[in-house]
Amino acid sequence: MNVVVLIKRVPDTETRIQIKDGQVVTEGISWIISPYDEYGVEEALRLIEKYTGKVTLLCLGPDDAKETIRKGLALGADEAVHLNDPAFAGGDASTTAKVHAAALKKKQFDLVLAGKQAVDEDNAQVGVRVAELLDLPHVNSVIKLDLSDDKKSAKCLREVDGDRDLAETALPAIITTQQGLNEPRYPSLKGIMGAKKKPIVDWKAADLGLDPATLGAKGAKLEVINIEPPAARPPGKIIPGDAATAAKELVHLLHEEAKVI
Amino acid sequence: MANNILIVAEGRDGTLRKVSYELVTVANEMAKGLGGAVEAVTLGSDIGKCAESLAKTGVSKVYQVDDAAMATFAPEIFTAALSEVIKKAQPAVILLGATGFGKELGASVGARLDLGLITDCTSFAVDGGTLVMKRPVYAGKAVATVKPKSLPVMVSIRPNIFAPAAEGSAGAPIEKVNFTAPTPRAKVVEKVKKEAVSVDLAEAKFVVSGGRGARSAEGFEPIKQLAKTLGAAVGASRAAVDAGWIDYSTQVGQTGKTVAPQLYIALGISGAIQHLAGMSSSKVIVAVNKDPDAPIFKVADYGIVGDLFDVVPVLNEEFKKVLSEK
Repeated sequence: MNVVVLIKRVPDTETRIQIKDGQVVTEGISWIISPYDEYGVEEALRLIEKYTGKVTLLCLGPDDAKETIRKGLALGADEAVHLNDPAFAGGDASTTAKVHAAALKKKQFDLVLAGKQAVDEDNAQVGVRVAELLDLPHVNSVIKLDLSDDKKSAKCLREVDGDRDLAETALPAIITTQQGLNEPRYPSLKGIMGAKKKPIVDWKAADLGLDPATLGAKGAKLEVINIEPPAARPPGKIIPGDAATAAKELVHLLHEEAKVI
Repeated sequence: MANNILIVAEGRDGTLRKVSYELVTVANEMAKGLGGAVEAVTLGSDIGKCAESLAKTGVSKVYQVDDAAMATFAPEIFTAALSEVIKKAQPAVILLGATGFGKELGASVGARLDLGLITDCTSFAVDGGTLVMKRPVYAGKAVATVKPKSLPVMVSIRPNIFAPAAEGSAGAPIEKVNFTAPTPRAKVVEKVKKEAVSVDLAEAKFVVSGGRGARSAEGFEPIKQLAKTLGAAVGASRAAVDAGWIDYSTQVGQTGKTVAPQLYIALGISGAIQHLAGMSSSKVIVAVNKDPDAPIFKVADYGIVGDLFDVVPVLNEEFKKVLSEK
């Protein structure tokens, strides 16, 4: 079977985000595959280990995203498509989904996996939008995935809004992944060496038959006009005294001063 | 074209979720700047009660799409239903809750109707007739200001940020929208009940979280008891989850849940940047930690330097006293 995983290059979650002139400073950031996408990569690898087939990574990003794609290949994916065109830059979820959908139209697949959201912009839209654009069914926020014997359908346990639901979907489908689905592996040395020889194809707007004017910042429906640090919280107070005294005083303050209890 | 706002209400077990009332507050404020009416839609099966509640919140009209096919969630059916109502109501702004339900439905309807969606907004302004939204990005490590290039636009609002509107107005008219549900290829077939954890973190009024300081799965017991006393959701740091002391679904932070409760109590949590990202927009933050230099104290309104095992039992008793006085 063919499984395609959508991956995004994002700053490591331990990164402190620095801002200058209303934009995030990208120098000095260490980049990773968005953690939710990593669950997708891991699940794809496990499916291929079980059923045989091929894992293809699809990644939209600038030239530097090649490094992130290699990380995915080092984990065991077979090949990758790099959606790499300046025309794709500065887009929103609608333009990003459009590019991914056009790329998927050129691929044969039984299943597409994508993180439920990327941990940079936290839009939580691309996987679902791609499904809708391709008229494919989707199941969101999945923590367990079982394919039927004929691989024509899947049972998915999803976790949404504090509930757990069992969902069924026909395949091909787009399934978005989250924490709890699996424990992503680390790359082996052999995997890292092998990744250098695996094919990465670059596709531009022209390769996808897309008009650059409908993509990226030009085609976006939304405009990000500023990025700023979050408002600083006012300084708090440390409540003195031993544990019992401080605890009593805390409850008193929450009741009388903060009035939250 | 009138700049009407359409609220997409959310029900659970036949009653409206709190976020739906919060959306009414947001819509009323937005309508002052945009100059249109506020309407609402409720989608589901056997949701007459939801429609009636919604009609009393002060909205001018309620659309009710009531179909047995929507008894459980099927993305294709809900997408078709909401798209139908949007085409009928012609709103300039479609407001959803930034819940799992709202985010998913917003994205699929956005793609179907070719609309932009601004996810998880926490504040807004109407500037000369233009909507300007603010939303946390990088899980709250930064805040983006986003505006739509044109209307209509879809917007989802983070739960627990805005005060809920009250039911109290005379009932607005309820229009039942007929709709032919498509045969879905993907659908929820069964609700799987989770053991123990009952309060949804994202909507919880209070959250009590434990971290490395809990030392073990048993160490979470007093934390859970305190949560029970307060009717709070239980949260955890990544360290506690990675150690296997508590279910990953309780993780608060950049790769877990983002929460904004009235009161967040961090017990034995040092405050790694990825945790702070997920809870810094809480209204009041309390931290209990043995290390006076722990970063969690930088965001805390009230801090106690001490061992959580000494502090929590006293807190539990004191909270019980205060709550029983009410």
